[in-house]
Amino acid sequence: MTTPSSSTTDPVLSVRDLTIRFKARGRETPVVHGIDFDIHGGETLALVGESGSGKSVTSFALMRLLPDARHCTIEGQVNIGGVNLLELTERKMTSVRGPKIAMIFQEPLTSLNPVHRVGDQIAEAIRYHRKMTRAQIRDRVLELLTLVGIPDPERRMSAYPGAMSGGMRQRVVIAMALALEPDLLIADEPTTALDVTVQAQILELLRDIQNRTGMAMLFITHDFGVVAEIADRVMVMYSGRIVEEGRLEDVLTQPRMPYTQGLLSSVPRLEDAGLRTGALGTIEGFVPTAGNLPDGCSFHPRCPHARPGVCDTAMPALEPHGRPDHPVRCLRIEDIAASDMEDLSV
Amino acid sequence: MLRFLLNRVLQGAVLILIVSMIGFFVINLAPGGPLSQYAMTPGMSQADLDRIAAQMGLDRPLPVQYLDWLGNMLIGDWGNSYRDQSPVLDVVWRHMWATLLLMGTSTVISVALGTLVGVLGALKRYSIFDYMATVGAMIALSIPTFWFGLVAIFIFALELGWLPAGSMYTVGDQSLGDYLIHLIMPSIVLALVNVAIWSRYMRAATLDVIDQDYVRTAKAKGLPHLRVVSAHIVRNALIPMITLAGLQLPTIIGGALVTETVFTWPGLGRLFIDSLGYNDYPVIMGLLMFSAILTVIGNFLADVGVALADPRIRLG
Amino acid sequence: MSAISDAPARRPSPLRVFTGPRMRKFMRHRLAMLGLIMIVGLTLTCFFGPYLLPYDELYIDLRARFSPPLTENHILGTDPLGRDIAARLFSAGQISLTVGFTAMVLSTLIGTVIGLVAGYFGGWTRTGLMRIVDAFLSFPSIFLMLTLAAFLQPSPTMITLIIAVTSWMEVARIVEAEVRGQASRDFTAAARMIGAPHWWIMLREILPNVTGPIIVAATLTVARAILLEAYISFLGYGIQPPLPSWGNMLNNAQQYLESAPWLAIVPGVAITMAVTSFNFIGDGLRDALDARSVK
Repeated sequence: MTTPSSSTTDPVLSVRDLTIRFKARGRETPVVHGIDFDIHGGETLALVGESGSGKSVTSFALMRLLPDARHCTIEGQVNIGGVNLLELTERKMTSVRGPKIAMIFQEPLTSLNPVHRVGDQIAEAIRYHRKMTRAQIRDRVLELLTLVGIPDPERRMSAYPGAMSGGMRQRVVIAMALALEPDLLIADEPTTALDVTVQAQILELLRDIQNRTGMAMLFITHDFGVVAEIADRVMVMYSGRIVEEGRLEDVLTQPRMPYTQGLLSSVPRLEDAGLRTGALGTIEGFVPTAGNLPDGCSFHPRCPHARPGVCDTAMPALEPHGRPDHPVRCLRIEDIAASDMEDLSV
Repeated sequence: MLRFLLNRVLQGAVLILIVSMIGFFVINLAPGGPLSQYAMTPGMSQADLDRIAAQMGLDRPLPVQYLDWLGNMLIGDWGNSYRDQSPVLDVVWRHMWATLLLMGTSTVISVALGTLVGVLGALKRYSIFDYMATVGAMIALSIPTFWFGLVAIFIFALELGWLPAGSMYTVGDQSLGDYLIHLIMPSIVLALVNVAIWSRYMRAATLDVIDQDYVRTAKAKGLPHLRVVSAHIVRNALIPMITLAGLQLPTIIGGALVTETVFTWPGLGRLFIDSLGYNDYPVIMGLLMFSAILTVIGNFLADVGVALADPRIRLG
Repeated sequence: MSAISDAPARRPSPLRVFTGPRMRKFMRHRLAMLGLIMIVGLTLTCFFGPYLLPYDELYIDLRARFSPPLTENHILGTDPLGRDIAARLFSAGQISLTVGFTAMVLSTLIGTVIGLVAGYFGGWTRTGLMRIVDAFLSFPSIFLMLTLAAFLQPSPTMITLIIAVTSWMEVARIVEAEVRGQASRDFTAAARMIGAPHWWIMLREILPNVTGPIIVAATLTVARAILLEAYISFLGYGIQPPLPSWGNMLNNAQQYLESAPWLAIVPGVAITMAVTSFNFIGDGLRDALDARSVK
């Protein structure tokens, strides 16, 4: 199960032609349209997009946490260690969740069960996957709580989630996700609900843990400020399709797709970091809903460079357009690049 | 928390007071009043009746009588049964165990079955099973308990001969097995309505929990399905059910009353019906009081139970 | 929030609930339609069936005692006195259904008034009234009902009153909760500003907005009232023979359970059918009228 890749090692996760459809009232609505990507060990791939772009749905599909087949269908391949997860039985899937892929979520306040002690909730994850004695599990829980930087772990492990702050709870969720040393950690907007200072701490923690364990990370966010902090590679998603993909520096400094440019210009913190100059911009309009995609490029109704007769006719493919490590989904890429050059020369 | 419990105790006291007043005035204002039993005895003259009334303090104004009765009740003197002159508290005490045994067994059955049906219905929402359970519960709620008892007796005692038709034990046997055999039918009959109610509420409570983020977290940890359901769905859904169990107590007590009558079960319900037949006012009054106290205690225990089961309430 | 309370701030017609999409939703509710058909059928049979039978409910024929169903003209058999069970069942049904329905009307009236007053005035009025409601709700009312029935004249009217007096709390609680939301709404404030009296505001501005939940509760109350009448009469303190009711037909059926099981089965099926019907209809109405339950 190897695919041609820029890296010499096999990827930890390899997604091929992943298509997700939601069913409602007898109609199927595609929300993710055949996406492909790989993540290698030690690498952080950021999946960026506005809400409604399909990024969270994608992450849940990888974990097989979407509703059952009556409500949605998932097609394609999600390969981990040579196994397509989409073909596993639900029972086999439980042995993948935890040791192979783990996940942390957006809402630290509600992600922990309020009636169980946090130590027990971490221990529970270990107990069902490892043959360990009670004392060994306890030591491991303490070790994990220390790893995620919770002070006084002996006392904290017998606390209930209700007695902890959002940042502390997110650390517990991270400890839980790390308990079985997963090959891949999916982080679905893990810092969105937190204060800015706590946000920085959590990002730092994740980076630190990744350096120590060498796990791969899929980081889902809408915030390019966070992307700049943590990612190695970036994938930009719009209306269920990947519209641009490349190394962090390339995407941040030379975004090719007009959508990415719009997203970047609406991030104030990047300006401070000196990564990009120009007026703070916004993207006009809204993300189209999955059932009502426009003809042609999904982004053209909001695109400042859209040209009638070109952009509203055919869906462009994700193609290198001269840069193999930085493909983009845009028909007018050459024209835009030229006009950007003019802008800069003025 | 303490304030809340104190408030509950106060509320319970108000309930007991209201019930005692209603009961007392209804009984004493009814035609014939507490003396109707004596009035039926042959050879009683009006003078005799007046004398008895004076002896019993029945010639005083009603509110005075009430306060007198209330004072006595508070110090544990609930009067004597007209039937055998034994103290009301003794009579109630003697019959209480049969009722508690029946209610206890039936509650265990209904909670177990109701939880199972409710949780399965919620997990397989809108399935055939869920639909059948919903319709079944509505029909079960519509069947009169006593009639269900009669049909059960007809089928399982009279036609099939598998189970005894009534009473609590066979005279001369009284082994544990004998008690159990006698317990089966009445406790199941009494459970019917409660299974229906419990399963409906359990379904709703489970549906409230099932989409919570922490359930998703539990799945993401790679826990087996059964563990996710038991430790993270059912465990949390049961918390509001404890309160419900307290609120359902009146229904169970009411159901026990008719079930005991149908199965000649020697408990408080039968005692109540018998006492009504004998115009045994002190016992009737005592049972009214006792059932009120029982529901107050039940609701109080439910509150404590919720606090024990839910750290958010216990520590909040 | 309830869709009913989301209505624009003009005075809605109380009949609004019987038209439009809610009615269509109710019609689609198969169980509710089944219940409606069953209860209409049962009612018609009880009130017009007796004209089709050769016997009346009081005619005693000692030669035909304990006839099982389908002997000669006795479709449902006869009782220990040789009276025709079908005839008794129908006239018992007239009484039981009437008692159930009247008790519902009375208890809904009591509950609505108390709920309106408690919810509209709030404060101590509310606290006091709702405490009483809570007290009644947390008590096994069958004890109280039996005590009342045993010491008062057990005529059908009295039984109806006793049931009504002990089953208005549910309605009161629902109405109170609905009204509490309504009392602070714009049109209420507007009515108060132009100096409308309290009773006028309650009746004309608030009541029409809470009809939905009241109708649902009332339907379920009929079911419960029929059951309660059966319980009391079965225990011998309700409707007194020779007047038949579904409950008292079962009263001495237990002793003949072995020899004449139809005595017990027939009235029980009638009660269950009637109560099920109202529960089904109530469920359908709740789906159609009570937006809170739509999820």
